[in-house]
Amino acid sequence: MSPDDPALKKTPLHITHVAAGARMVEFGGWDMPVQYSDGILAEVRAVRENAGMFDVSHMARLQFVGPEAVSFLDRMLAADVAGLRQGRARYHVICNAQGGIIDDAIVYRITDDQCLLVANAGNADAVRDFLIPAAQQNGGVFFSDLSEDVAMIAVQGPNAVEIVDRLCPLPASSVRPFRVRRAEVAGIPSRIARTGYTGEDGFEIMPPADRVADLWKALAAEGVAPSGLGARDVLRLEAGLMLHGNDMTVDNNPYEAGLERFTHIETPGYIAGDALAAIRDAGTDRVIVGFRMVGRGIPRHGLSVIKDENEVGIVTSGTHSPTLDANIGMGYVDRGLSDEGTRLEIDVRGRLVEAEVVPLPFYSRLRN
Amino acid sequence: MTTPDDRKYSDEHEWALVDGNVVTVGVTQFATDSLGDVVYVDLPESGTEITQFDKFGEIESVKAVSDLFTPVGGTILEVNTGVTDMPEKVNEDPYTVGWLLKVEVSDAEAQLGKLMDAAAYDSLTAE
Repeated sequence: MSPDDPALKKTPLHITHVAAGARMVEFGGWDMPVQYSDGILAEVRAVRENAGMFDVSHMARLQFVGPEAVSFLDRMLAADVAGLRQGRARYHVICNAQGGIIDDAIVYRITDDQCLLVANAGNADAVRDFLIPAAQQNGGVFFSDLSEDVAMIAVQGPNAVEIVDRLCPLPASSVRPFRVRRAEVAGIPSRIARTGYTGEDGFEIMPPADRVADLWKALAAEGVAPSGLGARDVLRLEAGLMLHGNDMTVDNNPYEAGLERFTHIETPGYIAGDALAAIRDAGTDRVIVGFRMVGRGIPRHGLSVIKDENEVGIVTSGTHSPTLDANIGMGYVDRGLSDEGTRLEIDVRGRLVEAEVVPLPFYSRLRN
Repeated sequence: MTTPDDRKYSDEHEWALVDGNVVTVGVTQFATDSLGDVVYVDLPESGTEITQFDKFGEIESVKAVSDLFTPVGGTILEVNTGVTDMPEKVNEDPYTVGWLLKVEVSDAEAQLGKLMDAAAYDSLTAE
């Protein structure tokens, strides 16, 4: 698919990316920057050492308002929205009635009767199909799709908070992790959330779509490095964060995907409650693990995991980690082979390369 | 960067530089620009026999794996371990420090006749 394919959707920052010389690729039906001119490694370094920014406007922003909005979402999401105080956000899985993972998402409790759900671009239609018809049958829930009217920039890195503070009189640093509130950033009325997908501190800022280019420019002027999907994928993998579509699909349940912590099933009437309780109680044969290559080679999505000449699993994500100077990956293996220190082999296109199971995340930032 | 005119090029984006019966092989700037940051290079051992235009190794960027196809056939005399140890050398300069193999070739003239000169390669990559 060529970058100019008219079938591809474009974010309001598309022209900014192209003008900056970004290399564009198809991602989840969108024409998105995979890297800017300095390259993926430089972008990863910027986020780990200073601050980088990502256009995440391709993700879906779905708003649910009304007296039944919270109880409705609690029946549809494994998120315990009722237990989420106003101004707080929670990462969780969205499962179908069989317990398969439709998506992983963040739900923001904006007010008592207003919630915002941010879903992955590639799963946006599946999430809409799951939630909207059900919402429309509920007279107490009013759904609006904000994905086009509201844009989103993630600003991430050890200096991200200090930099956004310079543009935000609130100040932004008063918004603690997994909190959300309204604030002006560079004079642009926005929602800012202390969330992200890189393992670094930072914000996801949601300005009106028609002002997002000004926000991008203001952040760039503060030295924030424009970064693409290539760096984002390396950063999230180093931080041990799953990518739906790679590390889990609708054929996986949250227990084998290591997402039990983000799967609240106790809400009465929760759509996947019974299915997930049964899966949890039965136990899963396979489980996702992190591994580090001992021999030379980079694990890649889809490669086989081998133990004693038998296929025992599959690689779901892998890359060279510039931060750790190591080749790392994640994948599903038989539960008996998931202990830290277990030696496995990865079939790198016919060459068996040794790997060792290590704890996730691969990388954690130093926290104050 | 201009394409050096002291060597020949294949349509798989490798170059071949002749010095007597020894041919040095590497990838082009066009290839490294397309790949992005190179993070891994897998090369055969010295002494390996390779055949012109066959796959001889792999080069990986952060995002993708690509096969390497040799522009000449012969016996590998030397492998650039600088590149296998520090793959970023390929990005630094694919025509000098980023070379990959030195190959002993018995019929260099015949083999290089099947390759392009710099001008022809430039017009290929300009398409």
